[in-house]
Amino acid sequence: MTKKFTKDHEWVQVDGDVATVGVTDFAQSQLGDVVFVELPEAGRVLEQGKEAAVVESVKAASDVYAPVSGTVVEANQALVDDPSMVNSAAEGEGWFFKIQLKDAAELDGLMDESAYKAFVEESH
Amino acid sequence: MTEAATALKTTPLHALHVELGARMVPFAGYDMPVQYPLGILKEHQHTREKAGLFDVSHMGQVRLTGADPAAALETLVPGDIKGLAQGRMRYTLFLNEQGGILDDLMVTNAGDHLFLVVNAACKEQDVAHLREKLAGKAEVELLDDLALMALQGPMAAEVMARFVPEAATMKFMSYLSATFKGVPVILTRSGYTGEDGYEISCDKADAEMIARALLAESEVEAIGLGARDSLRLEAGLCLYGHDIDTTTTPVDGALEWTLPKRRRAEGGFPGYDIIHRQLTEGAARRRVGIQPEGRQPAREHTEIQDANGNRIGEITSGGFGPTAGAPVAMGYVDIANSAVGTPLTLVVRGKPLPARVAATPFVPQRYYRG
Repeated sequence: MTKKFTKDHEWVQVDGDVATVGVTDFAQSQLGDVVFVELPEAGRVLEQGKEAAVVESVKAASDVYAPVSGTVVEANQALVDDPSMVNSAAEGEGWFFKIQLKDAAELDGLMDESAYKAFVEESH
Repeated sequence: MTEAATALKTTPLHALHVELGARMVPFAGYDMPVQYPLGILKEHQHTREKAGLFDVSHMGQVRLTGADPAAALETLVPGDIKGLAQGRMRYTLFLNEQGGILDDLMVTNAGDHLFLVVNAACKEQDVAHLREKLAGKAEVELLDDLALMALQGPMAAEVMARFVPEAATMKFMSYLSATFKGVPVILTRSGYTGEDGYEISCDKADAEMIARALLAESEVEAIGLGARDSLRLEAGLCLYGHDIDTTTTPVDGALEWTLPKRRRAEGGFPGYDIIHRQLTEGAARRRVGIQPEGRQPAREHTEIQDANGNRIGEITSGGFGPTAGAPVAMGYVDIANSAVGTPLTLVVRGKPLPARVAATPFVPQRYYRG
């Protein structure tokens, strides 16, 4: 299982040809208290880098982009019911959606964990 | 650090905010705490349940003196200032000739002078406005050597009484000159959260001692501007530059309660003709509370449509109300759609979100009524 990260602070964990997507722990710490998430429905086709979900904190709304292209197979209903899971478990139970990969090669352009850590330290 | 960031002003409590781990943001030219490690949601809830301490030293504190400063100020605001008893305070508005709101302010009759608290972003222009319009009638002094804090919440009175016993019996919207651990303070029983509480004006040099003394009480947490905004929004209170500005009149803004009978009859304030006409014939639009259905907040500038998809206004403040447990907003709609319960459509990120005109406040106000 490979875990990769984007510059927009999403993570993607690949298991076979299905990837689980969420926002990083760093992203949730910057967002503050999350009060609402809008997730893509199963069957929706997403394109890498394009808007996939919305996350709203007390103060602001932010887009979540698809880290890879593909078809949504499942949205995390538990997160819709309890958006604060983004804050408590961003890189675990607070995942956003699962996506069937269209092109696994897209993953090569993403950062691994150490590269992402360096990116966060460098840019903030 | 950018040039803009280095040019930011700081309040006397700046070092304390940093020490407490606040996230600092630029606000009205100041480097201000938006939240502390507790986070906006918990800071909001703490203020509603216990007591929160806010640094509002960026706001302008102004002293107005002269032969009759109340009569002079009445030429610029529609409030009843002459009728303000000593030790009492009132909310009023600086108006322009079109009846538009230049700023909102609190005015206290401090006996030998009027004490004004104005918005941070407007304070320089307010002072210039006062000096220009009241030349020869009143002296205007911006009190740059003062700090201002607010202690807000149901336990504020109990906490304040440990330091200033006479604070416990102060009436809502009253003023008290007192000492806090030996230093002079001016307390007003007022605030901007819908809760009971006080604003504390003191010398800059004493601010940190007072803040630390209050924060050392078990009921008190430091609260940032983020929660200040969600608290005031739930309380249905206007934020200048958002819910009211130079394009809105007190009648548009549902602030008729700031226009007392004598002033409505006598006039003598800027924009009187327009405001009088609006009071008689009605205004074309009105500020209303808005309750979106579901949990998605609708933010400032969100377009508001009527049942037929016509644009009828926009949201001026919106977010999630932690105490209401739901999104809350306010904005302007045309008068035909302003009745409580009217269905509205909000266009949030391109999608229609059903909502209704709602009564404000969204959370009952709990001011101390004695």
